[in-house]
Amino acid sequence: MKKRWICLFVENEIGVLDRISGLFSGKSYNLDSLTVGVTEDSTISRMTISLTSDDRTFEQIKKQLGRSVEVIKVVDYTDTPIHMKEILFVKVNHCSDADITELFRISKVFGVAIIDYDSTTVLLECTQTENRNDDLIALLKRKFANRIEIVRGGSVAVEAVSMSER
Amino acid sequence: MRQITGAELFVKALKEEAVDTLFAYPGGQAIDLFNALYGEKEIDVILPRHEQGLIHAADGYARSTGKVGVCLVTSGPGATNLVTGIATANYDSVPLVCFTGQVATHLIGNDTFQEVDFVGITRSICKYAVMVRKREDLAETIKKAFYIARTGKPGVVVVDLPKDVQRAYGSDFYPEEIMVRGYKPKLSVHMGQINKAMDILNHAVKPVFLIGGGVNIAHANKEMTQLAELTGVPVITTIMGKGAIPTTNSLYVGNIGIHGSYAANSAISNCDVLFSIGTRFNDRITGKIEEFAVNAKIIHIDVDAASISRNIDVDIPIVADAKKAICALLEKAKPLHISEWTDEINRWKKEYPIDMGKIGLTPQMIIRSINELFKDAIVTTDVGQNQLWTTQFLDIDENNQMLTSGGLGTMGYGFPAAIGAKLGNPHKDVIVISGDGGMQMNIQEMATAVVYELPVIICILNNGYLGNVRQWQEMFYDRRYSSTCMRYRRSCETGCNQPAHCCPEYTPDFIALAESYGAKGIRVTKAEDIKLALNSAKQNTKTPTIIEFIIDREVNVMPIVPPGNSLNDMILESEEGRE
Repeated sequence: MKKRWICLFVENEIGVLDRISGLFSGKSYNLDSLTVGVTEDSTISRMTISLTSDDRTFEQIKKQLGRSVEVIKVVDYTDTPIHMKEILFVKVNHCSDADITELFRISKVFGVAIIDYDSTTVLLECTQTENRNDDLIALLKRKFANRIEIVRGGSVAVEAVSMSER
Repeated sequence: MRQITGAELFVKALKEEAVDTLFAYPGGQAIDLFNALYGEKEIDVILPRHEQGLIHAADGYARSTGKVGVCLVTSGPGATNLVTGIATANYDSVPLVCFTGQVATHLIGNDTFQEVDFVGITRSICKYAVMVRKREDLAETIKKAFYIARTGKPGVVVVDLPKDVQRAYGSDFYPEEIMVRGYKPKLSVHMGQINKAMDILNHAVKPVFLIGGGVNIAHANKEMTQLAELTGVPVITTIMGKGAIPTTNSLYVGNIGIHGSYAANSAISNCDVLFSIGTRFNDRITGKIEEFAVNAKIIHIDVDAASISRNIDVDIPIVADAKKAICALLEKAKPLHISEWTDEINRWKKEYPIDMGKIGLTPQMIIRSINELFKDAIVTTDVGQNQLWTTQFLDIDENNQMLTSGGLGTMGYGFPAAIGAKLGNPHKDVIVISGDGGMQMNIQEMATAVVYELPVIICILNNGYLGNVRQWQEMFYDRRYSSTCMRYRRSCETGCNQPAHCCPEYTPDFIALAESYGAKGIRVTKAEDIKLALNSAKQNTKTPTIIEFIIDREVNVMPIVPPGNSLNDMILESEEGRE
């Protein structure tokens, strides 16, 4: 089992997201995250899909995606240098003053922005890799158990310009 | 440019696509389309009696003519009744375009009367599904639908047509060509891979061809026969590949699979090169996958890249159309010196033929009689024992064809498919081999066959059971005949596990049923009456004929590979044995 990344160019049409996500659910393929947005060409949408699978299943997934009429191009990013980021909001409720201080400290170390807060609630915005976001969430869960609200955007990825980037 | 309605453009598009037969059932959201078809001379509009029968008929028409089958039904239930037929056709790579009426675009999502999200329902069981949301997209979408349905690995395309799009005026332009950027059927053959494949084949000691439905779909039967004869390599087929070379050809070994022949399964298990074309190595043909063709180098040609290296690992994958690939192979092919191997296979064939014995009225006798009496015929099967016996005993050559639901295994397929086949091939004899169960699943199409004067010959092998499941219950479930007896009545004892002389009468009476539809009915209970009945049906050129063959109630399909076993681990005969 290995973490994989696929960049998918699809027709910007109603129902395409259903087609792609339905392929994963219908064939019992595991899907970690899927994001979609329109590209510089308004008739084309671009998806970033992350998943965990063995080699054989992954080959099959790429072929199945490729044979869908709505799919224009499948690009495997798994072993390609890419920039990859995920937006994450974490709201921490019922904070004491000490909690807020602690959150400011964490935000500095993790490179997280505090974009809003009041006397008891702090809202963090984090745009990091999926793994880095996982680490932050794990930390916040430990420290502020049952007081946090999380919303994640799923990853977007783009091929690196300089080949050393990863 | 002339302004016409969407419905008028629909009719124009059908004509441009050379559609001569339309399988259609009207309804509220399709009424404008039917209005545009009224009085149309170039298109034969067929009204079956149920949408499921309708789509199987379109399927039979498409499989037997090589043309695209076209369906038109209304929204809601009209559309949902197509679902089984869509999956059936798509599974077997049959080109169909299904037009479905839909409520007007401004009503979609309101739970409107007879509204269903049909594109959503069918997305996972067809090649492409699309709703036309704007009148100006209509022509291009229909063009695209036909193009996608018939090219590459053929399949089903669903086109959902909202009522307002049908009624709206717009251009009468219909494009001659279309480009779909996400859809590029493979047109070339990789010669490097072909050379590698031929190199492996030429060095083989025990090679076999394993041929699937892809060769029939690509109409490459002639080329395949040439390839087999030129190389001298024995040919094994899947059920869908049967007829890839004439079954009477000495190089033909038989079907592979859980009801395949001993010789075919043994050849697969012992071969050193398995050269497969147009099969997806479905579980029904491989048996226990870990022990499938373990000693063989495997070459796999398929038009669908996703079929390759999915179920089994392949040494030489080649993504190509079967016909193009076989033509390329022919250029490199040369005779192989493998007489020891072919002798061995022929010995297996001789020692372990599939044979049901000579006592009683057996399906083998019936199908062999069909072989003798019908030399230019299309035979459709239903699903279950009738289908398996047909695939075991039917002879297929250049003039004969077999249509069967191999992938989905849809009961109720055989009879309506025959209606479509007869419509597409009026000069051929069309014969249905069905069971008493499957025949009742679309029996309402008797009316269709009668009113369109289609003299199809319907052979019902009546054993009063859902025989294939009953066979499994007998062999693997301790004779617990759960819900498989078709003669069961409320008054029967519970827990019955065998037929008796006092079993209740069968219902319906198929002969009276045939007559009530204005068709002919013949009941056959003795082997000596088989040919008489078939000949009499052949003479009846005005109406369909039902021949009900009363066969032994517990006759089994043999040999069988029990579930979980490898192919060379077959049960060859029923416990009671043969005389």
